[in-house]
Order: sequence, then C-alpha cells, then structure tokens
Amino acid sequence: MDFSAILPAMPGLVDGMLMTLKLLLLGVLGGVSLGTLLALMRLSHNPLLSKLAGLYVNYFRSIPLLLVITWFYFAVPFILRWVTGEDTPVGAFTSCLVAFMMFEAAYFCEIVRAGIQAIPKGQMGAAQALGMSYGQCMRLVILPQAFRKMTPLLLQQSIILFQDTSLVYTVGLMDFLNAARSRGDIIGQPYEFLIFAGLVYFTVSFAAAQLVKLLQKRLAV
Amino acid sequence: MNYNWDWGIFFKSTGIGSEIYLDWFVTGFGWTLAVALAAWTVALALGALLGVLRTVPNRWLSGFASSYVEIFRNVPLLVQLFLWYFLVPDLLPEPLELWFKQDLSPATSAYLSVVVCLGLFTAARVCEQVRTGIQALPKGQTAAARAMGFSLAQIYRYVLLPQAFRIIIPPLTSEFLNIFKNSAVASLIGLMELLAQTKQTAEFSANLFEAFTLATLIYFVLNMGLMLLMRQVEKKVAVPGLLSVGGK
Repeated sequence: MDFSAILPAMPGLVDGMLMTLKLLLLGVLGGVSLGTLLALMRLSHNPLLSKLAGLYVNYFRSIPLLLVITWFYFAVPFILRWVTGEDTPVGAFTSCLVAFMMFEAAYFCEIVRAGIQAIPKGQMGAAQALGMSYGQCMRLVILPQAFRKMTPLLLQQSIILFQDTSLVYTVGLMDFLNAARSRGDIIGQPYEFLIFAGLVYFTVSFAAAQLVKLLQKRLAV
Repeated sequence: MNYNWDWGIFFKSTGIGSEIYLDWFVTGFGWTLAVALAAWTVALALGALLGVLRTVPNRWLSGFASSYVEIFRNVPLLVQLFLWYFLVPDLLPEPLELWFKQDLSPATSAYLSVVVCLGLFTAARVCEQVRTGIQALPKGQTAAARAMGFSLAQIYRYVLLPQAFRIIIPPLTSEFLNIFKNSAVASLIGLMELLAQTKQTAEFSANLFEAFTLATLIYFVLNMGLMLLMRQVEKKVAVPGLLSVGGK
C-alpha cells in the first residue's frame, strides 16, 4: 500500500468532490421542495390529491435508487424529445439530478408530513380563528414550526443522500467515487484510491452525523 | 428517434438460444431473491449479536459494536461493495484467493461478495434496531430477572430478546425491504440480477420503457407483498400490553 500517489491526484479528486456536493445540494433543495408539496398534498382534504401523493411516495419508496438513476439516464432524452419535438442533448448530470430530486422527494415527503402532523391541532385552529386562509396558516404558522422540528431528520436524510450520490457511478458521471476510481486505475493503484475514497466518505458522513446529533440536542425543547 | 411501443416484447426471442426476454427477468428475479435472502440471514444473525453487545455492561464490547455500526453506516454501500469484490480477495491467504478468483464462476464470486457486503452493511442497521428494542424495555425487566437469579446470558435469552424482537418488527421490516432494493448494486459488479437483466433487455430490444416498467412493477409488487406479509407477522407476535412501544 502506497498512498503517495494521492496527493498529486488531488485536483481531480477535488473536482469529483465538488460534483458530488453539487448533486447533493441541488438534490436536497429539489427534493425538499417537491417533498413539501407532496406532504401538503398527502395531508389535503381532497381525496384525489392525497391518493396521488400517496401513490407517488409508495412507488418511489419501493424501487431501488439505482434503478431510478439508470432508468432516467435512458429515458430522459426520449421524454424531452417527445415534449420539445427536437433533439435536446441532456448530460448524465441532468438525468441524475432529476432522478435524485424525484426519488428523495418521496423520503422527504414522509419526514415533512410527520413534522406537520407533530404540530398540535390547536395551532391550526388558532390561526384560522384569526382569519388566516389555509395557505397563510401553513406558510406562516405550521410550516416554520414543522421545519424547525424536522431539521435533524432532514439533515440525516441528506447524509444518506451524500453517500447515495456515489451510485451515479453507473452512468459514468465523474463524482468523487468515480474520480477516485478512474485515477486509481490509470495510476495502477486502484486499492489505495478506493480506500482513500472510503475514508473521505466516512469522515464527512461521521462528522456531519455528530453535528446533527449536537443540533438535535440544542433544538430539543 | 421514433419509439416503437411493444408490450409483447417480453415474449419475443432474445436471439440467444431459445430464450425469450421474460426468461431474463425470471433469472434476474431469482438472483435478486437469492442475494437478498442470504444477505438478510447474515444481517439478522450478526445484527442481533452486535445489538446485544451494544447494550451489555462492558465498555470494550459495546465500544466495539458501536465502532462497527459507525464504520458500516458511514461508508457508501458501493464503496464497500468494491472493497469486498476487488480488494478483499487479494488479501485472502493464497489458496483461498486462487479458489475465489479461478475456481469460482464469475457469477458465484460476485454473488459471494454481494452477500457478504450487504449482510455486513445491513447488520449495522439491524444492530441499531435491536439496541433500540432492548433499550425500549422497562428497566424493571432486567432488575426483576436479576433478582430471580438469572445470569446475564439468561436475561438476554429469556427476558430481553424475545420481547425486543417482537417490538422491533416494523423497523426490521423496512430494513428487510431495503435489502431487496440495495441488492440492485450487485449489477455494478456484473451479477445478472433484476436490474442488470432489465438494462440488458433495454439495450438488446430498444424497448426500454417496457423493460423498466416491468422491473419497477416487480420491485413494487415484491415490496408491497412483503410489507403485507410482515404486517400479519407483526399482528401474530404482538406482545400484549406492550403495543405502545412498537411504534403504534
């Protein structure tokens, strides 16, 4: 084992990590937005909306993320072609990002839903008694409190997504793992690079998980 | 790029022998089941052991179990799989290494790596569930058992574990379902399980929407089926009077 080749390869590895973080950040933003929308649909009194959101969540939660990534990689160019009527080249990045957003939305939806349901019913009643509309109640009263409560859970799910972004390996996107693997293969030291990648993932996830634990203690009432 | 929808594609010949595409899916599903069930056996046995270790009154043992959990939970599954499949065989003693690399068929060696990898990965999660289950039990249980002269092993064997396992069935179910979904990573080291067969069908036949729809459907039905089954099990073994702990 000789880890000296890793230092010269750093610029490429950093690029890979930036790609991973970009996927993570955009994936979480998109996933939480779509997830919140789905959660509101699931909790709505309209049976059609709540059934639809329920189906979406159950569907994405019962299939592997790797399947979604692969499928979208194949399918997104086709779908865009049908929609726009012309050849629109989409890179692996876009199709992976869409896959992450849609897949994670199902998991974020469940977190947000639990967060909203944990807010005492009286809050909604009080807001309505003040003459707020449903939208205002949600936006000004319920959601701010719910998000505060569920921040640790959202962050935990984001740590899982951080690890899961490595699955883009399957479509050849140069994320951190793929950057490490390809450099290791070129230099002829695949194991050193693989172990290094594992160590970096571990350090980041572990440190983040400890921070979330601290935050959880501070946010606890 | 005109797309030819053809739902009959699954009954058409693949052009390899007399196989139809549906055969590929059946084979793939078989591998997925074989990986998931074997890995689950490993995960459950090792996870239960680690879960117990985490709660025993010994700093070294519980420290060991919690380091295990942290390591296996914080490294991506795919990195772990690559380590098991590419690196670990090289570290084995030579006769074993030769056996793994030369005597075994590629499918068997990939299968073994995936089972070990998924088993150990999931064991960390099972461990946490078992620990939660044990810690959710009232402290009086241990104290009462000790007062009756039970040894530590007996307390776990007769008092804590039988109750803990029954109250953690819901979270264990979701780990059980996860192992089926996670087994899809096996396709990345060349095991022809369900996802790999789907990809192959999509590439061979160019009917990618049909192929992926069928695969999704199989995963979906499998998941729902197992979930309903586990709900029945959960009802059957529920501990009377302990329902409140079981996440109800």
